[in-house]
Amino acid sequence: MAGFESPVISVKNLSKQFGPGCSNCQGARSENLIKNYCQVCGTVYACRDVSFDVFPGEVLGIVGESGSGKSTLMQCLYFDQDTTNGEAYLAAYQNGEENLFKQSSQQKRYIRNHVMGKVYQNPILGLKMDFSSIGNIAEKLISAGHRKVSLMEERGTELLDKVNIPVHRRKEAPKNFSGGMQQRVQIAKALSNNPPLLLLDEVTTGLDLSVQASVLDLIKGLQRELNISIVLVSHDLGVIRMLADRTMVMLEGRVIEQGLTDQILEDPQHQYTQQLVHSLL
Amino acid sequence: MNTAYNFAFFDEGSKREIRRATLKAIAIPGYQVPFASREMPIGRGWGTGGLQLTLSLIGKTDVLKVIDQGSDESVNAVNIKKLVRDTTGVEITELTREATLIQSRHRIPEVPLNKDQILILQVPIPEPLRFYEPQESVTKKHHAEKEYSGAWLMLFEQIIKYGSMTTGADHPVMVHDRYVMAPSPIPRFDNPKMNHSEALILLGAGREKKVYAIPPYTKVVSLDFHDYPFEPETFQDKQCRLCGSTGVFFDELVDETTGGTVYQCNDTSYCIETLNSVEALGGVK
Repeated sequence: MAGFESPVISVKNLSKQFGPGCSNCQGARSENLIKNYCQVCGTVYACRDVSFDVFPGEVLGIVGESGSGKSTLMQCLYFDQDTTNGEAYLAAYQNGEENLFKQSSQQKRYIRNHVMGKVYQNPILGLKMDFSSIGNIAEKLISAGHRKVSLMEERGTELLDKVNIPVHRRKEAPKNFSGGMQQRVQIAKALSNNPPLLLLDEVTTGLDLSVQASVLDLIKGLQRELNISIVLVSHDLGVIRMLADRTMVMLEGRVIEQGLTDQILEDPQHQYTQQLVHSLL
Repeated sequence: MNTAYNFAFFDEGSKREIRRATLKAIAIPGYQVPFASREMPIGRGWGTGGLQLTLSLIGKTDVLKVIDQGSDESVNAVNIKKLVRDTTGVEITELTREATLIQSRHRIPEVPLNKDQILILQVPIPEPLRFYEPQESVTKKHHAEKEYSGAWLMLFEQIIKYGSMTTGADHPVMVHDRYVMAPSPIPRFDNPKMNHSEALILLGAGREKKVYAIPPYTKVVSLDFHDYPFEPETFQDKQCRLCGSTGVFFDELVDETTGGTVYQCNDTSYCIETLNSVEALGGVK
């Protein structure tokens, strides 16, 4: 292989706090915090100095207990929330030379629509429940600048077929679908403009086991076929084991351990990770 | 003229406030300017937005025409005319050409407007993205970021469901390549009349408290897709049963004696004018 690969997305020192901060918590460096909460000013430090790279075709898993900052991190990456501090560079945007978080809201929308896709844990956040399934996919294509109905219809049908939604139900609204089907429509929508980076936030949580398996199968298949990079958040170690090449463990807003997934699961170093791995049923 | 009221019903301060919002609307074509919609002697949703614009703009030398879906004589149009005449004493006309101010509900007159005229349209729902996104705070952001995929998505849904764009009225338009705007529920037939219009077009929504405008000679493009271009209603081979006009917007009626479908000009003053000129030519005395 010639030279080193360059990352698809590179995140540096991402921090997100809710609250003003004060002299007691000293920007999260203080020892006086209760977990990541400052008792004096009520500030919550949701993400603290999170840095990572994701390479082409790689799946990065993020695990951690609830409240550890996983979802906040994902929301920051998809601009659903503003970051307090930090930088992120996307290879597909301005050759990775511009800090994403410093862009105008129009540019952020452009990045979301053109080079990213996200699947939310709750399909209500990612889909328009009253619009047709194929319309939901078209929405992403329209916002990426497509203005040809036949092309969008073709692409939508192809994607819905790929995620195993029967062709005769493509004009139906997702509100009539089961949770698993809604999740699959969301995946089809996120994939519609061939994003180099896909963000998956707890995609299988709340689905029953057989549906979980088929959704995971689908993601794995699509990832291999299209060679997309994925950032995958889950608290289910089984999902992480199956999908992720590399894994980051988060606790109280910090990354406490990272490495190859097998390594993390077989030989956890940090006390919390050990506890997490051993509580696996 | 009823002198118990100030000229044009409103106090001068109210008129000035509405005119200030109107000026801002003209300065930013297609942008919805919020304004303090007044209580009116007619109910909200019955043309109060248009009426407030009319009352704030009207002067003693103006000539007013009011139409309601093409008709000069419907109850709504007649009552609005009565109110304005009683509080201002201005001249009222039915001839489009003679009017300087035209307040209209859901039609643009057939006779082309000129640069000395102002068209005021009444608007029930000024937000073109409302059925896509119910929250005003969110649609405001969409406008700010020129994020209009929702407007196209609604048209896409119609095509997917019915095979063509089915907006009977209020087909969204892009104004001056910047703001997507609801043209008020005028038929698609009237949309092209807004493009490079010589007359100033003002739109007022009293219930929703918004004013917006298309200044003269502004580019107004109806939204569409490459493979599904925008098409106004066509009335090919149709003729008005009264005046014989073609190529205008028709009402479709059922002839009760024969049971057949007949067509008639929707714009009543245009129809009468054409009838009169036909009679004059035919030498009927």
